[in-house]
Amino acid sequence: MSEEFQNHDPNSGHTETEQHIVGPATYGIIFAALLVGTALTIGASYLEMGAWNPVVAILIACIKATLVVLFFMHIKYSSKLMKLTVGAGLFTFLILVGMSLSDYISRAWGQW
Amino acid sequence: MSTIVSLPDQSTARVPKRNYLTNENGLLSWLLTGDHKRIAILYLISITFFFFIGGALAGVIRLELLTPQSDLMAADTYNKVFTMHGVVMIFLFLVPSVPATLGNFLIPIMIGAKDLAFPKINLLSWYLYLAGGAMTLAAMITGGVDTGWTFTTPMSTHFSNTNVITTGLAIFVAGFSSIFTGLNFIVTVHRMRAPGMTWFKLPLFVWAHYAASILMVLGTPVLAITLVLVVLERTIGIGVFDPTKGGDPILFQHLFWFYSHPAVYIMILPGMGVISEVISTFSRKRVFGYTAVAFSSVAIAVFGFFVWAHHMFIMGVSNYAVLVFSLLTMLVAVPSAIKIFNWAFTLYKGSITFETPMLYAFGFMGLFTIGGLTGVFLGTSGTDIHLTETYFIVAHFHFVMVGGMLMAFLSGIHFWWPKMTGRMYPEKISQLAAVVTFIGFNFTFFPQFLLGMLGMPRRYAAYPAEFQVLNVFSTAGASILGVGYLLPMIYLVWSLKYGAIAGANPWQATGLEWQIQSPPLTENFTTIPVVTQDVYDYEWLERQKEHEVTHVG
Amino acid sequence: MDSHAVATTADAHGHEHDHPAYLRHHFVSYEQQTETASFGMWLFLLTEIMFFGGLFTAYLIYRNWYYPAFVAGSHQLSITLGSFNTLLLITSSFTMAMGVWSAETKRHKGLVWSLIATLILGIGFLGIKTVEYKEKWEKHHIPGDTFSVQSFVNPSSDAEAKAAGDKPMGLDMARKTEVYFSLYFAMTGMHALHMIIGIALLCGMLFKAVRGGYMDGNIAFVENFGLYWHFVDIVWIFLFPLLYLISRHQ
Repeated sequence: MSEEFQNHDPNSGHTETEQHIVGPATYGIIFAALLVGTALTIGASYLEMGAWNPVVAILIACIKATLVVLFFMHIKYSSKLMKLTVGAGLFTFLILVGMSLSDYISRAWGQW
Repeated sequence: MSTIVSLPDQSTARVPKRNYLTNENGLLSWLLTGDHKRIAILYLISITFFFFIGGALAGVIRLELLTPQSDLMAADTYNKVFTMHGVVMIFLFLVPSVPATLGNFLIPIMIGAKDLAFPKINLLSWYLYLAGGAMTLAAMITGGVDTGWTFTTPMSTHFSNTNVITTGLAIFVAGFSSIFTGLNFIVTVHRMRAPGMTWFKLPLFVWAHYAASILMVLGTPVLAITLVLVVLERTIGIGVFDPTKGGDPILFQHLFWFYSHPAVYIMILPGMGVISEVISTFSRKRVFGYTAVAFSSVAIAVFGFFVWAHHMFIMGVSNYAVLVFSLLTMLVAVPSAIKIFNWAFTLYKGSITFETPMLYAFGFMGLFTIGGLTGVFLGTSGTDIHLTETYFIVAHFHFVMVGGMLMAFLSGIHFWWPKMTGRMYPEKISQLAAVVTFIGFNFTFFPQFLLGMLGMPRRYAAYPAEFQVLNVFSTAGASILGVGYLLPMIYLVWSLKYGAIAGANPWQATGLEWQIQSPPLTENFTTIPVVTQDVYDYEWLERQKEHEVTHVG
Repeated sequence: MDSHAVATTADAHGHEHDHPAYLRHHFVSYEQQTETASFGMWLFLLTEIMFFGGLFTAYLIYRNWYYPAFVAGSHQLSITLGSFNTLLLITSSFTMAMGVWSAETKRHKGLVWSLIATLILGIGFLGIKTVEYKEKWEKHHIPGDTFSVQSFVNPSSDAEAKAAGDKPMGLDMARKTEVYFSLYFAMTGMHALHMIIGIALLCGMLFKAVRGGYMDGNIAFVENFGLYWHFVDIVWIFLFPLLYLISRHQ
């Protein structure tokens, strides 16, 4: 019984890659980067940048989140399927936010 | 009439002694089971229970609407009845109907696995479903809800003094049951396929469930948080949807329909999967345009997320949003039409036989087409303004959900009944039931299209006398429809003891589920199969039959 | 082997080959089992993204509508406590990552101490959150019947508003701060709820780890819990600037 399990069809979805172990050095660097990001985002909020304030804040948050996903959550070392899964979540989230906002920003169109 | 049914010799055949039903005994062996097939049976029993509760409520609605006055019950009681009908039917019947029963039973077998990826989570999802169901019943008994199944704010947050909180939390809990089912299916299809079972050898039933599962996983949580916000608004008075505090009630509808529009695809896609299997089997042909049908399921799932605001055209969304969502809505018609056309081409020059599952499948094709095309009327913003909030809407979604989904559910139940129980249902009376259902359905819901065109609004207990004739038609049809649903209930139970022994493959169908004994073993396969055959390869089956004449069950 | 030649009769469900005890019967290999578990966890995290997605949508809409109220509302939050909490949570994410590494490399002590650190940091976060909530309660900033707009129509009566140099707001806009605090409590409350669930799971895991668990290679639970914990961290990474740091420069 065990022999027939050895040669899995590569198309059948079992991607048995060697588990990649991320070490303390990488975690340390990411941790430091996250701390720097936090300091930056606090600092940026005290600067007068007009409409750019929220943009910068979101941008820094996105970079921090990406670092966490890629390294702490090992997505950088995961299979394509996992990367696609994360992408699908992000995509649907953006549809929810984007398409809802499309109604709100266009409600006053043509009425000024 | 010719038939493809081939049963083993009834004088010698026996239902296999060792199978998933007899493997273990006692109530606990069921309540603590991890076997996907047993969980499917548990689901089947519980959703049938809720279907008949929802059905009884529908009967009460039709009785009230027999006369123009609101004489059977007060208007606010009527509000509660139609709300509970909607809540029970949608969240406790339609959403779990095919996936939790047939999907649960068949997906692991169809892909050559021993079980779903997470058997315990599968069992948990049934308990969550039961908890949600019990909470809904509790809400119903202690006074009901009158908001309509859509819980529209500010009605649900401020003006309703009924059990919105209990019902909202019930749906929250039932929603997680559906999330876990979907999650389990996606992981199973990705990770548990047998060697050789490539994506394009998967039965279309599996593809359809895969697509529906994506919607369950990504859509349901938005409903969950929305209901949490409604509950918080009712309890502690936060101000997210409350216009007096600066909230926007329309935001509720955006969030609600972000789930509830994809939810109609959660309901219909698994039904489409059933129809693909049935049409192929009873035409003895590979499904025409297999790849197109497979991808159309995924396309419906993806497009499903882009169209939700077409439920809100008259609710105060911007004109530009109306335009965009109206156009995007037309996109969904394309993959739906791809499916209908491909099923029609599958029938073309096929060796068609008319067993009960096929009769229901024909019912599905006709009624779903009408339901889908009237959906185009409603997605077009101009006609929608006239037709929305009338009986046209009611007729449209009942054509899709009852005429489409319920027909598909009954088709699937009859088709796989021999696999699930090892016994055949009685063919003649079930054919009769299928015809009665079809006739009753059309009598019930076709008049409602006319009522809607004439302008009869939905959700009212009373109506002008000029609408009475069509309403009497509708109520009369509902009683026929009721008979059509009671019949299978009776003869299917009867067949558990007295039905003919089915054998492994009564339909001479392809697919892994027909290659194992009926009812299957707990572990499904004694050895994991290695798949070399193409899907729906009926020519291969013909050749096979020449060599092997008898089937031993 | 012919695909359709599947045995239709029952025979012994033989598992002759060796496999570890934690390999469940319906999986072929341990790799398949761990991959499956982590894929399932990721799908669960997708539902979490969408769960918070509804809140973020609401936040973006109301922030655009009632920007002055959101600015005044955020001035009521302590940036010190918020930053310190961010620090705690990021550090706990780091210690959790180290815990996963310790489990992967079978370091018993490393795992136990990482989990203890994560636990303490998580509890510390919730403690500070409680202090913040209590302050809101005292100032009647909890949405509902007791909500008071005093701090916003008359900022000189309020220490935080005064310190931020807020100007008095019209009653109409001041009332919209209730929307801000509704979202503040809904978002941080949901986040805190996830933290509480996480801490409960963490306690169970620590209990098992102290007694020598997770050293046999069966570390799927540790890995998946790590994913969950990092996700909760990511939510906070967004909540912090969105709720605490709206226009601190005014």
